[in-house]
Amino acid sequence: MRVAIIGVGCSKFGELWEKSFREIYLEAGLKAIEDAGIEGKEIEALYVGNMSSGMYLNQEHVAALIADYAGLAELGIPAVRVEAADASGGLALKEAYMAVASGIHKIVVAAGVEKVTDVGDAMKIASSSADQEWECFAGANLPALYALIARLHMKRFGGKEEDLALVAVKNHKNAVNNPIAQFRREISVEEVLNSPYIAEPLKVLDSAPISDGAAAIVLASEEVARKYTDTPVFIECAQASDYVALQNRKDLLTMNAVVKAAREAYRRAKVGAKDIDIAELHDSFTFAEILEYEDLGFAEKGKGYELIREGVTEIGGDLPVNTSGGLKACGHAIGATGIRQAVEIVQQLRNEAGKRQVDAEVGLSLNIGGTGATAIVTIYKR
Amino acid sequence: MIPRFWRKIKYRYSLRGTHCKNCNSYFYPPRDLCPNCRRKGIIEEVNLPTCGRVLSYTVVWGEKGSPYVIALIELENKVKILSQLACRPEEVYDGMEVECTFRKYGEDGDAGIIYYGTKFIPKRGDGYVSKE
Ligand SMILES: [Zn+2]
Repeated sequence: MRVAIIGVGCSKFGELWEKSFREIYLEAGLKAIEDAGIEGKEIEALYVGNMSSGMYLNQEHVAALIADYAGLAELGIPAVRVEAADASGGLALKEAYMAVASGIHKIVVAAGVEKVTDVGDAMKIASSSADQEWECFAGANLPALYALIARLHMKRFGGKEEDLALVAVKNHKNAVNNPIAQFRREISVEEVLNSPYIAEPLKVLDSAPISDGAAAIVLASEEVARKYTDTPVFIECAQASDYVALQNRKDLLTMNAVVKAAREAYRRAKVGAKDIDIAELHDSFTFAEILEYEDLGFAEKGKGYELIREGVTEIGGDLPVNTSGGLKACGHAIGATGIRQAVEIVQQLRNEAGKRQVDAEVGLSLNIGGTGATAIVTIYKR
Repeated sequence: MIPRFWRKIKYRYSLRGTHCKNCNSYFYPPRDLCPNCRRKGIIEEVNLPTCGRVLSYTVVWGEKGSPYVIALIELENKVKILSQLACRPEEVYDGMEVECTFRKYGEDGDAGIIYYGTKFIPKRGDGYVSKE
């Protein structure tokens, strides 16, 4: 059964000091339901992506809590939380997609939410997506692990720190026109290059922030979708996994989970990498976006740098990437990011992206957990 | 952290890994199931070579005790290990020959327990004199 997204909503991303966990997801959820034009009572199930409410807020059992606070307690619908580090949102999308594709549910909501600014060491919690015993014990954090891959890749294929900076510059430029983005200001290559190292060769301005935020989408079967909207966006979704610790991967220059998830998503959607008009990628670090160009098949292995140098992935280029500003500039609300990416692609395919609008019929989003042990690829078509 | 740490202590105090006799693969950290053979694998514990070379490295800033060097090291039998490299950031280079040693990693504030574990140092005989 074909699955369509019929409604989308997003809170602002950033440091939302004045808003609670409950307020953030309620805002996103209500926007999505309003956008879909459905009644709350029509929702048959809720899937929530959240990485670490336990560590960030001391609150577990958040799927039921969200359903409850969203006014769905009397309906008693199944509410499921899924976790795959910062791919939790993408995983919620995939589970919701499967629930509708299977024919078991006709209308479901997939949401992602993270509230990180209530605790001190957000990086330490985010780094718990890596292997605590054999990576973090040695003093490695997420930037350090990405840096190890980046150095190898740059040395092998001639990548420069300036190339990485171009990714940050592009994504910041795109965020200027995104009302929900955390950093709506342009930055220059020099600013990126002059920012301090966090894990060489990666610098402060190569890294996405860790943000508060929530996003929600309404999914429906094709038949139901057509009753509610003239512009359903159809999706196909696939997930893959890999070794968690870098030391166990045979090839450090390829994220195998990305390759596998992409291959399966392309197969299900009956498209190839060449058919993609727009993509939201997981630029937790600038380098990751370049590696993903290659592993998704947008560029040959080692040629990812050319796409950013030649402007192919800018708005106005052949394949705009991260028109939202990406994780880097729109913000990275960990478990919300995968759904936030879907919101951007849907708005683009419905021609509702305002000054960020590009001409696109087929979109792709890639959500990654940690350093690539989980990858979820979703393809969107009008 | 404490039970999780001490449970694996023999693997941290010496370079113990595992080997699958069925497909001749080596693993560090040790694995009970071979990802190539799964239940058909025949796993045994082995000592791993204590020397290797730097495959990739990074200098970490902004963390406790930083700057320090994190390296991905390839041992002589091709097993990869992620470890801190006990040397100054400017000393490390690609392909640098290193050897295993045991060093302090940190302590648990309240309990006052000091964690030791595997670190690598530039291989002696390169004219290197450790400062620690
Ligand atoms: Zn085996």
